Amino acid sequence: MSTGDLLHIVTNDNISPRRTLFGRAVIWGSVGVLALVAALQSLQVYGGQDHGFTSWRPTLYAYVLFAICLCWGQVLTKGEHGKRILFVLPAALFVISLVVFPLLFGLIIAFSDWNLSSPDGRKFNGMANVWQMFSDPFFWNALLNMVWYVVAILPEYIVAFALALMLNAEIRARKFFRVAFLLPLMLSPVAVSWMIGKSMLEVRYGPLATLARLLGWDNPSFFSSSWMAKTMIMLMDAWTFIPFMMIMLLAGLQAIPKELTEAARVDGAKGWRAFWEVTFPLMLPVTITALLIRLIFKLKLADIIINVTSGGPGGATDSVTSFIFREYRDRSNVGYGTMLAMFYLVIIIVVMTILMKLADRWMRPRY
Amino acid sequence: MTAPTGQIFHDSSADLSHRAKWWTSRSLIYAALILWAFISLFPIYWTLTTSFKMAPDVMKGSLVPWVDFTPKWLGWKSLGLSPQTIFTESTVREEFLRRFYNSTIISVSSSVLAVILGSLAAYGLSRFSYKFLWMKNEDISFFFLSQLILPPVVLALPMLVLYKELGLLDSRVGLIALYTLSVLPIVIWIMRDQFAGIPTELEEAAMVDGQGVWGAFLTIILPIALPGMVAALILSLVLTWNEYFFAALLTSTYANTLPVMVASQTGSQGISWWSMAALSFAAILPLIVIGVFLERFIIKGMAAGAVK
Repeated sequence: MSTGDLLHIVTNDNISPRRTLFGRAVIWGSVGVLALVAALQSLQVYGGQDHGFTSWRPTLYAYVLFAICLCWGQVLTKGEHGKRILFVLPAALFVISLVVFPLLFGLIIAFSDWNLSSPDGRKFNGMANVWQMFSDPFFWNALLNMVWYVVAILPEYIVAFALALMLNAEIRARKFFRVAFLLPLMLSPVAVSWMIGKSMLEVRYGPLATLARLLGWDNPSFFSSSWMAKTMIMLMDAWTFIPFMMIMLLAGLQAIPKELTEAARVDGAKGWRAFWEVTFPLMLPVTITALLIRLIFKLKLADIIINVTSGGPGGATDSVTSFIFREYRDRSNVGYGTMLAMFYLVIIIVVMTILMKLADRWMRPRY
Repeated sequence: MTAPTGQIFHDSSADLSHRAKWWTSRSLIYAALILWAFISLFPIYWTLTTSFKMAPDVMKGSLVPWVDFTPKWLGWKSLGLSPQTIFTESTVREEFLRRFYNSTIISVSSSVLAVILGSLAAYGLSRFSYKFLWMKNEDISFFFLSQLILPPVVLALPMLVLYKELGLLDSRVGLIALYTLSVLPIVIWIMRDQFAGIPTELEEAAMVDGQGVWGAFLTIILPIALPGMVAALILSLVLTWNEYFFAALLTSTYANTLPVMVASQTGSQGISWWSMAALSFAAILPLIVIGVFLERFIIKGMAAGAVK
């Protein structure tokens, strides 16, 4: 992106001092309202005065009012430039208020002992959650599982690439195949976990169990041994997300200029060699993007696990997200759960930063 | 490929072997394609047919309707959606419709909100240079896109506590806000690509004609970027419709979405397959319709980020 404005506009903004003053007044007035409401509510909660509030919602309304006034004030005080700010400001305010505040709040929760079902409320307990985390075998097990789930992206990628290559070949009924391949991505993981996990993999009547018996596996059970269960979760997740990578790779394949492949053919590159020496290097940027995005989605993996195995057998299929979900659902342990989530976030940020740095280096296509 | 130097008839033995190779590769490709299409479609087919089965059919593992078993409306009857029960009172149907309605309201409004906010931000970032504290355009873009790597679980528990204090637990507004947040980076990603492809001369021409920044954006740029916005909207719709994690944590009775209802039914052991299948199929039907009819928008949206 360039540094200067791409769109050069010359405007004669005559902003009168009174208008500037009014704009400032609007912004600071709304700040005042927000501060006043927040102070009154805090007094009720901590000072024991009763102002008739039942929830913190008035503060929320005051905050929304402040956000609107801030946007309006930009236009009032800065004129044309304020109108430009107005493009980005609403989204930025929205994200900040829904991410940055909860994250800061989450940091406080992470260092406290807080069980929502107990009447004691929140207590700071310093590093206790951290020590508990380091000695929690189930959490480390879940993290290790995540590594395996992430490794499963590679076979998914190979299948997706093969499918994309086939869809890119000259075939008939391409639209039918594209739609058919895309459909699994549209289905909700919850429905998928019933459709496949609970019914097709059902040991007595499920069609896949019947198929397994036909193939000579006498007593098929898909979720009793830990590796089998893990593989099944991986397969179900792969089933829904292979189309995603396939579409991205297909778009990449179709963006390769025809001249390049033709030139390669003239030079005598055929079949495998053409693929490895021409197509694959050209696809490297798309590959990296697709893998990174897939990784991001993989790190959120939870719905299928929660609904099919709920982490079992013995935590063998737990992902970090599903583990924290159950930590809250079963024990209402908000403080510890948040600490785990924060730790997970730190790991993700570190890993993603390293990966993105590496990707940046590889991204340069070798034309 | 054989170089055809003055060759007219392609029936020498060398050509025939080439032809045979071509045919085998063709048929291999089609076999693989059909196999994968079968893998993709079979679970959907299985769910649809199971919803018309009765207990003995399920136990026999029948597959083909009218051949293996006679379809019955059992599953749909338990959902209150079969021809006999559609006009009678049914609490299950009411429950289902309420969840369906919730899902629709929440996913549509959060997607629309995300597309509006995201398009504005993406347009601004692609046209003007901003400076906020130390952050320039690139940093602001990165700030938006980096929300993508934020796993929902990090926000979930603080949000739970926050919503409890704000009285937003189990409310549609609360879910809409969170869903908007979760699809916003994707929308910005797609739209940034769209706007970067539109030449700035268009707005300049509009501004020469006396329109302001917003006027030019609304009258000139928006119609051009509309296909991209539709793609972003549909992708967001699919993602928000399917969202389960936040909905399961933050709703209990009033604002439950369809995935939560499906999940709560799967959890109970006694539930019969046919009604479960009917429920699952009813939950995925809107998405199948979207997938079949609006497939090109989804592909466009996903391809936008892949190819730069």
